[in-house]
Amino acid sequence: MSANRVRVVVTGLGATTPVGGDVTSTWTALLAGQSGVETLTTDWIDTVPVKFAGTAAVDPAGVLPRPEARRLDRSEQFALVASREAWQDAGAPEVAPERLGVVVSSGIGGISTTLTAYDTYRERGWNRLSPFTVPMLMPNGPAAWIGLDLGAQAGVHATVSACASGAEAIGYAMDMIRAGRADVVVAGGTEAAIHGLNMAAFAAARAMSQRNDDPQGASRPWDRDRDGFVLGEGAGIVVLESEEHARARGARVYAYCSGIGYSADAHHITQPEPEGRGQIMAMTQALTDADITGLDVKHVNAHATSTPAGDVGEVQAVAKAIGNHPLVTSTKSMTGHLLGGAGGIESVFTIKALQERIVPRTINIDNLDDGIDVDLVYGANRTLPAGDIAAVNNSFGFGGHNVAVVFKGA
Amino acid sequence: MAATEQDILEGLGKIINEITGIPASEVTPEKNFVDDLDIDSLSMVEIAVAAQDEFGVEIPDDQLKNLKTVKDVLTYIQN
Repeated sequence: MSANRVRVVVTGLGATTPVGGDVTSTWTALLAGQSGVETLTTDWIDTVPVKFAGTAAVDPAGVLPRPEARRLDRSEQFALVASREAWQDAGAPEVAPERLGVVVSSGIGGISTTLTAYDTYRERGWNRLSPFTVPMLMPNGPAAWIGLDLGAQAGVHATVSACASGAEAIGYAMDMIRAGRADVVVAGGTEAAIHGLNMAAFAAARAMSQRNDDPQGASRPWDRDRDGFVLGEGAGIVVLESEEHARARGARVYAYCSGIGYSADAHHITQPEPEGRGQIMAMTQALTDADITGLDVKHVNAHATSTPAGDVGEVQAVAKAIGNHPLVTSTKSMTGHLLGGAGGIESVFTIKALQERIVPRTINIDNLDDGIDVDLVYGANRTLPAGDIAAVNNSFGFGGHNVAVVFKGA
Repeated sequence: MAATEQDILEGLGKIINEITGIPASEVTPEKNFVDDLDIDSLSMVEIAVAAQDEFGVEIPDDQLKNLKTVKDVLTYIQN
């Protein structure tokens, strides 16, 4: 690692989630241990075995001007709401357009638009489709709209890796700044996948909780009785900036975005590799990239989605790659799993935890599963020590994608 | 045709407001879609699709390109 490498800082945060329409309300809800999961009443609910999800607390179509909202897929609406919050939070930095980039991803893209448009096409014909159907369904749509909104010309990208997409976007954004391609990059993830087909398909993969009699207790990472993930929706966005650019304009710095690790399991298309090799490799690389050791890491926002296969294996990998000392939590116990949005919102939460030195508890752990040898935060929130500390956000995706991002306190 | 020109104008104003955000009161017969209302070609397609639902009159692409003003659309729908 080069001693004079460009350092990347976080200067803005934005989020819209199942527990709040912005960062402040979301973070307050997480610290209060509130679940954003609720029973659904949609017209297709009788056709699927899962009857609940983490619907966004605030409908983005009600936040955006009507002419704008109608041209956007819901995943794009979330992304614009969160990116505008993050941009304002960063102080709307003055930056040359050719030095401003966007990297925002989703796991599935404009899936609801695809399905609705298919119905329109079949039932009413091609000429009844909105001329904006393609930009609504394309997976780079959220990034492209944010790029247009901000006039970003340094590159607008969408890195797709299922549930690791949002974290991979933040890593790619950091790489853009380090490589000198941009001074400021808006990055994160978004998802709007609460649709009958997705619910049916994930249920067919036997991946979703069916705890229909207790929706708010359904997302229970590391609990012995967990039975699958809970789908959530929303977006989380960060503004990343070279430290030099941020300091020159006197920006508030939340944290350093200081390390990224990527790996692929090369094992199975959906099952995690049982020894955690890929996860360990991603975390180890992220620490090396950040030029820190496991002892510097005091907190891990885990991927832990409440599936029987994934949760325990992940903390065993954390213990091997980082150690068993960090405070580990899964905020998915409250938000559900935002798929491609997860790495976005959970990076925001990791940064807030560093800023406020507090880790929100994992809710719904009634009977801790066996085989867990890390310091899980449950029962009550825990405080983080003062001083120079780091935290890791893990995101893993179908396909065997593993991404670990390291943030360091400012 | 039961609808009067005033009815069609009001309906068109609502459609254009929904699609573009332009106040319906600014949608008056003499306005040119491009020069006065700053409506682009894809928005015109959206307006034509919505007008078909509202008034039951199909506007094919080769006709749509000739409809330059609000008055042109009113005349087309009435005829």
